[in-house]
Amino acid sequence: MAPAVLFLLVFLGWPILGALGVAFQTAAGQWTLANVQRLVHDTDFGLAVRNTLLLLVVIIPLELAVALAMAALAQTRLRGRGLFLYAWSFPLAISDLAAGLVWLAIFTQHGYLNSLLQDLRVVPHPIGFLNYDNLPGLVVAVVVAETWRSISLVMVVVMSGIQSIPAELGEAAAVMGAGAWRRFRHVTLPLLKPTIQVALILRTTAAFQVFAVVLALTGSGLPVLATKTESWAYDARNYQMAAVYAVLLLAFSSLGTLLYLTGLRTPRQVFQR
Amino acid sequence: MHAVRKPWVVGAALLLTVACGGTPAPGSTSSGGTQQNAGRVEFVSSQGQPAQEVQDMNGKVLAGFSGTVDFSSQPTESQDIDKVLAEHLAGQGTIDLLGLTHGGFASLSPADTLTDLTPLLQRLGKDRSFPQALLNYGKLGTSKQYYIPWMQATYVMVVNKKALPYLPKGANVNALTYDQLIAWGQAIQKATGEKLIGLPAAPGTKGGLLHRFLQGYAYPSYTGTEITNFKSPDAVQMWQMLKRLWAVTNPQSTTYAYMQDPLESGEVWVAWDHQARFQDALDKMGDQFQVVPAPAGPRGLGYMSVITGLAIPKNAPNRAGAEQLLDWLTRPKQQITTGATLGFFPTVEGVNLSGSGVPGYLASESAASGRYLADKKGIPALLEVGLGSQGDAFHLAYQDLFTRIVLRDQDITSSLDYEAGQIQQALNTAKAVCWPPDPPSTGPCQIK
Repeated sequence: MAPAVLFLLVFLGWPILGALGVAFQTAAGQWTLANVQRLVHDTDFGLAVRNTLLLLVVIIPLELAVALAMAALAQTRLRGRGLFLYAWSFPLAISDLAAGLVWLAIFTQHGYLNSLLQDLRVVPHPIGFLNYDNLPGLVVAVVVAETWRSISLVMVVVMSGIQSIPAELGEAAAVMGAGAWRRFRHVTLPLLKPTIQVALILRTTAAFQVFAVVLALTGSGLPVLATKTESWAYDARNYQMAAVYAVLLLAFSSLGTLLYLTGLRTPRQVFQR
Repeated sequence: MHAVRKPWVVGAALLLTVACGGTPAPGSTSSGGTQQNAGRVEFVSSQGQPAQEVQDMNGKVLAGFSGTVDFSSQPTESQDIDKVLAEHLAGQGTIDLLGLTHGGFASLSPADTLTDLTPLLQRLGKDRSFPQALLNYGKLGTSKQYYIPWMQATYVMVVNKKALPYLPKGANVNALTYDQLIAWGQAIQKATGEKLIGLPAAPGTKGGLLHRFLQGYAYPSYTGTEITNFKSPDAVQMWQMLKRLWAVTNPQSTTYAYMQDPLESGEVWVAWDHQARFQDALDKMGDQFQVVPAPAGPRGLGYMSVITGLAIPKNAPNRAGAEQLLDWLTRPKQQITTGATLGFFPTVEGVNLSGSGVPGYLASESAASGRYLADKKGIPALLEVGLGSQGDAFHLAYQDLFTRIVLRDQDITSSLDYEAGQIQQALNTAKAVCWPPDPPSTGPCQIK
């Protein structure tokens, strides 16, 4: 226990306190709330919060639903499921920046998608999917790229959860006349709740930090909290403002985790059976 | 105001003569003759961006130098300035030769951090000469020579010749106004269905140079200043013009860092950028493009000059090697190869840009930049002077202002008020006095 506590204190507690210190101090080291005031008035602050949450509410349910479906599919005895699993896990090995650039080559004005549409004479001029004022285009591009890149993570977690459910439970339900959907809904899903909780916490925390894919695909077209943090740290080299954004991200992530922990609480008897 | 601007105009006129190769060439032998190996020389300059330029510097400009040069390049020079100041405080240096802009040197408190290069300049003077105006800048307001001029550059527009038929009636492509540029963009859009004007509006330090467009072109052309009249009624009129310009600008501009790329792909036909950022397009497809000056506004033709110099930090570990490298870099042959590599103009007098071995695009860019100097209503602007590490915050304020007013359609007056506060804070923190085109100030430059 003690090593774990020490680890958390050194690598989590200390940096968090450090970030809080920088966020509420001036460059000269005096305590202040000026950074927070500046945050609220910052260019695109509202947009960054909105976009971060927008991506979150679209990506998380989408990924969870697809991952559950894929995991259920992988449980069946269909031929070629091994290959299918490999193919779906592949993006796990690709860096998020590389994934962003791959999808940029597809969505950009003279990219593969526009070339295809023009060759097929569907559109006369290239469509500006990634134009700064095309919010649906930007969101769809980021959602597609981000889902493609990270769904395998959710799937791997969900898969391991499904495999730990004793097969007899499903068989017993089948004997009692439950169809595939009812077995999934009333047997698999409730027993999967702790796993889903873990997957949601991991994925939501990562979604708050969505960065490289957004930057590669949209530049400043779709500001999110993490790109604003980076911009303050490395473009303006104002570490106080970067720290305020980082602290806000920390607060959002902690709140999200807390909601999952309380909202998806699993009664102890499930484990004691 | 005129008293201040005058020497600068004279200097600028001198630059023209140099860039166009007007003065007779001096003997091109080196002052050093056969030189001893200079050893390892650490050479730092933010001018070698992107990475390809570092490779070319190593492969073309520094090849043949009798010594080992470690050339490193950060995205912005604020980082170099911080490093020099930190090494000065630590009392231990790693940098031998430093290449910065004039304004960058001004924020170094030169008497503490830089070596007096007057003796070196005298030695170099045996076989090469620099324009006196540039040498005066290199004294940074003192009697000592703290930097020696290295390269110079400006910003221009490059036009795809396909766009020329759509020029508005009576407009001269070499002397456009901003209103004519907008009318041109409208005519192009009407004929082709596409918005084909381009601006380098990608965000961040690795992004485009839109802040330079605002600081050195739009603001001086409309307000006569860069800072003093930042939120004046003239500035409001300028932002209204920019909104009209943006309406005919390719919206993908928010992803453009170097305008050579969209020009080559045909995504834009008319683009404004730093002369070095057109290099690739002009090199490959020069016959399809024409280089022209930026447009003029109601107050005149605002334009920006980039002057870079070479200096040796006081605590340079290899001072002799640095002097040898500085000598090497200011020889006529290296001036031309550096110009070709970085897309800049030479500073050494008599280095002729129209001779053989000089890329054609440099000569055509030089002709366009000559038009700035010849313009009677020209308003020359310098890159920021004395802002030091506040430079990045200063640029971000201009970029943010563009985002607020043009991209997000926020209220012009309140956006100007807010960003004026950010800029004033940067000026006050750095204690930076006004620089041209703003009239001189005694304390930190003030926004009215």
